[in-house]
Amino acid sequence: MTLLIRIIKSGWMDFKRNSGLSVAAIFIMVLAISMATSLFLFRESSQILTKNIEEKLDMYVYFNDELSSDEILAIQKELSGVSGIKDVVYISKDEALQKFVLKHRDDQSIMESLRELGKNPLLSSINIQAWEASQYAAISNFLINSDFSSLISKIDYQQKKPAIERLASISSGINNAGIIANIILALAAILVAFNTVRLAIYNSREEIETMRLVGASNNFIRGPFLVQGVIVGFLSAVIALLIFGVGLLFLNSGLKLLLSGFNLFGYFISNLPVIFLTQLAFGIGLGVISSQLAIRKYLRA
Amino acid sequence: MINFQKITKIYYSDGRSITALKDVSFEIQPKEFVSIVGRSGAGKTTLFKMLMAEENPTDGFVIFEGEDVHQIGRSNLPHIRRKIGAIFQDYKLFPSKTAYENIAYIMEVMGVSDGEIAGTVPQVLELVGLKERADNFPEELSGGERQRVAIARALVHRPDVILADEPTGNLDPFHTQEIIKLLVKINEMGTTVVLATHNKEIVNSLGKRVITLEKGEVIRDEVKGKFIL
Repeated sequence: MTLLIRIIKSGWMDFKRNSGLSVAAIFIMVLAISMATSLFLFRESSQILTKNIEEKLDMYVYFNDELSSDEILAIQKELSGVSGIKDVVYISKDEALQKFVLKHRDDQSIMESLRELGKNPLLSSINIQAWEASQYAAISNFLINSDFSSLISKIDYQQKKPAIERLASISSGINNAGIIANIILALAAILVAFNTVRLAIYNSREEIETMRLVGASNNFIRGPFLVQGVIVGFLSAVIALLIFGVGLLFLNSGLKLLLSGFNLFGYFISNLPVIFLTQLAFGIGLGVISSQLAIRKYLRA
Repeated sequence: MINFQKITKIYYSDGRSITALKDVSFEIQPKEFVSIVGRSGAGKTTLFKMLMAEENPTDGFVIFEGEDVHQIGRSNLPHIRRKIGAIFQDYKLFPSKTAYENIAYIMEVMGVSDGEIAGTVPQVLELVGLKERADNFPEELSGGERQRVAIARALVHRPDVILADEPTGNLDPFHTQEIIKLLVKINEMGTTVVLATHNKEIVNSLGKRVITLEKGEVIRDEVKGKFIL
């Protein structure tokens, strides 16, 4: 216990006394943590944005006029159990007409044509929402090849197909690019941080040699460097959190416009514990692992 | 206590071999004061490095208190080194620690209690005449003061032997005399002292055992020796 307290005290003293190196290490570590955090926020916000847009997508299946509502409700029940389908809503002829009238009530020519027709020209339909944009093609194929395909008058997938496919490809593109950028930038950040710590320990190589010669054990030599890694990681995580908190607070209104109303600051605040713990784990992990790897070569007796 | 048995050390560099020590054998008894003399490059520092297990011999054994220092294993090495107080020519002080902390370090390593450290370190600082400089960092001390801190660090944990490698190499005659008096005092208190030097006056004034090295070989070993090259 005494040795542990001495190691912690020694690490703290070295951190304070080598303030120039400590500040440089914190600066680099803040950059690395910020890079990881912004990628995390980018991925999360892009996923939420894609999901928001996907939720606005839907597909209508129109049925032949002679079909009764019971028959359509039976089909609706069957469809709700199909994988990939999130929601199925039955819209009767009358509901469809009500919606149509509500939408076009100010357009005199349309309303006049409807009156002249003298009957409801609209078909009963089922509105389908999928979990993901990419699933609409499969659902459309399922409907075409189903037992009740002969009862279907029209599926509007073909009309929406280009928009749906484009969105599906954009959403998977953003995710893939995000993952690749995440890996590359995280590796770059880790390498820069590791080299900073390595340089700091290289600077102490003669001291380490002396420690060995006067009889210090490897753990007693290594300990203070690991403690410094923990301190640097902790302070860097706190600083990075403050930078992101204040930065997002001020940029939030601009970001809302850019992210079609998505409240990134709100998302940041509601996920604060997870984000801070991730930053802390990243910072301390990087600090400790870098120190451990860098000091290893100087401890070979 | 210390036994060098047929030690040979050959360094290889750029395809050439340089023999630093050749078939060196001698023994040092407890409480002895031994001077090892020789020109620069005669092998004095290499001999110390062998005893500290800082380097391995090409051939031969170094026995310290009954143990072969090169066979005891890496994890046991710190325990051997704690029995040796080393004074280096270039001081090897910790630049980011004060004089007090430099001296206290070895006691902390050994797990000595805070109370004992707080009692012993000021006494040793007083012994080397640096009580007023306890809170100064090495860069704030003169060469002589740094050397005295190094000596204080070497003796504070009461090692069985002190190895002093050219401890007066960078000092003026006044500080040289001070340091030598201190080493003699430590020896009189019962600690074995091995002094490596090429300072003729010091060796001749001591009137103690002298081992003379030349080109890596022991050419003379006298109980009350003189500096003769």
